[in-house]
Amino acid sequence: MSECAASASNVNANEKMASLLKEAENLKAKLEEERQKLNDVSLSTIAERLEQIAFVNIKPRKVLKGHQAKVLCTDWSPDKRHIISSSQDGRLIIWDAFTTNKEHAVTMPTTWIMACAYAPSGNYVACGGLDNKVTVYPITSDEEMAAKKRTVGTHTSYMSCCIYPNSDQQILTGSGDSTCALWDVESGQLLQSFHGHSGDVMAIDLAPNETGNTFVSGSCDRMAFIWDMRSGHVVQSFEGHQSDVNSVKFHPCGDAIATGSDDSSCRLFDMRADREVAVFAKESIIFGVNSVDFSVSGRLLFAGYNDYTVNLWDTLKSERVCLLYGHENKVSCVQVSPDGTALSTGSWDYTIRVWA
Amino acid sequence: MSTQPCSSSTSSNSNNCTATVAAATPPPSSKTVSIRDATAPSGSGTSTTKSSGLLSVGSNHHHHHHHSSPSPSQSQSQSQPQPQSQSQSQSAQSQPPTAPSVPQQPPHHQRGSKNEDAPNILVYKKMEAIIEKMQAESGGVAVRTVKAFMSKVPSVFTGADLVAWILKNFDVEDVTEALHFAHLLSSHGYIFPIDDHALTVKNDGTFYRFQTPYFWPSNCWEPENTDYAVYLCKRTMQNKTRLELADYEAENLAKLQKMFSRKWEFIFMQAESQSKVAKKRDKLERKVLDSQERAFWDVHRPMAGCVNTTEIDIKKAYRRGGSSHGTGSAGASVAKNPVEQLTRIIALRKQKLERRTIKVSKAAEALVAYYDQYNEFDYFLTSPELPNPWQTDSTEMWDTEKNSKDVPVRRVKRWAFSLRELLNDPIGRDQFTKFLEKEYSGENLKFWESVQEMKALPQSEIKEAIQKIWQEFLAPDAPCPVNVDSKSVELAREAVNSPNGPNRWCFDVAASHVYHLMKSDSYSRYLRSEMYKDYVNCSRKKVKSIPNLFGVKR
Repeated sequence: MSECAASASNVNANEKMASLLKEAENLKAKLEEERQKLNDVSLSTIAERLEQIAFVNIKPRKVLKGHQAKVLCTDWSPDKRHIISSSQDGRLIIWDAFTTNKEHAVTMPTTWIMACAYAPSGNYVACGGLDNKVTVYPITSDEEMAAKKRTVGTHTSYMSCCIYPNSDQQILTGSGDSTCALWDVESGQLLQSFHGHSGDVMAIDLAPNETGNTFVSGSCDRMAFIWDMRSGHVVQSFEGHQSDVNSVKFHPCGDAIATGSDDSSCRLFDMRADREVAVFAKESIIFGVNSVDFSVSGRLLFAGYNDYTVNLWDTLKSERVCLLYGHENKVSCVQVSPDGTALSTGSWDYTIRVWA
Repeated sequence: MSTQPCSSSTSSNSNNCTATVAAATPPPSSKTVSIRDATAPSGSGTSTTKSSGLLSVGSNHHHHHHHSSPSPSQSQSQSQPQPQSQSQSQSAQSQPPTAPSVPQQPPHHQRGSKNEDAPNILVYKKMEAIIEKMQAESGGVAVRTVKAFMSKVPSVFTGADLVAWILKNFDVEDVTEALHFAHLLSSHGYIFPIDDHALTVKNDGTFYRFQTPYFWPSNCWEPENTDYAVYLCKRTMQNKTRLELADYEAENLAKLQKMFSRKWEFIFMQAESQSKVAKKRDKLERKVLDSQERAFWDVHRPMAGCVNTTEIDIKKAYRRGGSSHGTGSAGASVAKNPVEQLTRIIALRKQKLERRTIKVSKAAEALVAYYDQYNEFDYFLTSPELPNPWQTDSTEMWDTEKNSKDVPVRRVKRWAFSLRELLNDPIGRDQFTKFLEKEYSGENLKFWESVQEMKALPQSEIKEAIQKIWQEFLAPDAPCPVNVDSKSVELAREAVNSPNGPNRWCFDVAASHVYHLMKSDSYSRYLRSEMYKDYVNCSRKKVKSIPNLFGVKR
């Protein structure tokens, strides 16, 4: 009897799954049909009127050596010349990238510090990783930094990314528990949590608009979501990648996002057209993308790959402009400096490089 | 440090790992210690690649590396019966060493073999497709046997041939990229130099060989140190110069001998029997097999200075709810419930269908227009007025920005791009404030700024700040009333008096209303004003403070 009921409910569950699957597929087809109607001219066709980028003035300028293990994350200081980096060796280093001097080093009680971020004032840094926590340090002397550290928030899995959304008083985090969270720094209170991804959140970025109420997240569920911080809801979603989305970045205009994925492609999604408008890929690129960032005009996209290289893409013409060689292991993070004068790259080869 | 798979499986996994090892093998205590070393943040920094290769101690005794499946370059297949120690079950021919039947594997091994879409596997599969193309009878890389002085070098091809093949068959830009591509194939163990531990490729006459699929990294093996010990031990038994141990290998062997002192006899016996089998093989075949086995260990126990390509990103090892400490999170439950997941996807697609969108051409035009406008500010595409500090080692550009009394025209030009640009520049904001004061509409910007400042406050100060803003700008008797429609005021009033207490976003509707008012009205008038024109014409206005050190909104 109970067996009968169980198998009946099993059949029901299967039927339900099948009908859900069918509905999802139908919606996808309909969506593609609808979007196709508005897919009149491609971005690269519109960009034909632009001249080809003949030359990008970029060379390796600085090498920051000091970590004893993989560099996992870096962030530029708002002062445009300092860089904070976090590493698998459990250390956080603050560099004067211009002189390549180490100014501070803090050892965390955990290895694999996957994320670090400067506060907008430049007076604090936040970091975390395998400890599932986001910890804030004031930038003072090394001893004081360690003494005055504070844990602001805790996830139920590793913390993969963090940013300060326009204020020293709040931190936005993404986690392997598939959620994002907004924390009040002073009290450690959870101001808002963001549920919706069905895979680990790998990256987040704040929208560069005047209100700063939206952000984007990329996840191992292969999706990128645009969130409203106020409601905690997904306001827009983008699919298309065939593997984990490791990196997301807003176009400086705020109306588009770029993504980098383990499927070895980068993509450009436009929020106004609500669809993918460009794919940056080549047959000879077979390794995953860990990190992407735009140049000031949005024309160039810098992408760090697992094949040790950084590729520069012309986002408008969908062509590769050039390759940057130098790192001797996976490139884990790339970031354009706040004034757009330089590019920092961090790698599993233990170094950070600055290109300009 | 930590160029070894187990060490990359991290601290939180290490408990697991340690427990498994302890349960499975009667325990030299040194094992636990060594595993701890592998994951400890410090202490392993100086020991570098050599020793870190020895850190994982396992108990899997399958001696798989003498199961040789036929290499593509060999014509005769061969499978030798193997010597088995009594304690071991007969392992089936070519059974992968991480087969699920092996009970002692730490959990991540099994996950690795299941996860067909794991990022490393994804790349391996792509490389293997390429290797297969390279080995195609027609259109592949020519493999031959080269006659050398007194001997033959079987089944090899030159680096130059390989690079030429890549250039011909792939959309690589130049020789540098082709060489880099070849290097990656090599460092992942698919091709290897016939007598060099450093897995890389040179564009010359150096000889390379294909790895046999059995040793491909996609087989998910994380070989154990006992296997490595047997292998190194075996090499010492064979009187061949080509099999002599390199210095780092000799050091590794010494360390392993110390680590496994209790069962060294067992290891020695295994090595001996493997060596006997090897001696029976055909000479050329043996050369190939020996080199393939060596290349396998060059991948999994690389010498110092070489990248261990088998390492997994810790995030990827934990993803998809693979983390044991991720239970109880709402996110994780979604990941495990396919119905809920599908329902979510359906909701998102419905949301997308309802959305009003613009044509792709319109969006594309906007992106191109943005580039047109910002092109001259993109340092990677246009050289700046003052030399780029990173290129010249001169900080003049930054110093000027901080100290100069003059605001460069280019900067002022940006103010005309959008109200956001104007307000992002502290001097621009200053100017606009003055302009609004002249127009008697300064309260709009003040209100908007107060709201932004309030949003940036710590939670403890929010309530008070909200009351203050309400009193100052929106209340019926506000001293500084802003021109907001009654609907927005009503929304704000509700939010301020909400039973749950007001939140930092309660004035957002009113603030964005005011913002758009400023944008469509005051801002465009400002751009047409003499005040702005004076600036553009470099009228050298004296400005007292030129902060913008941090680009922080004030």
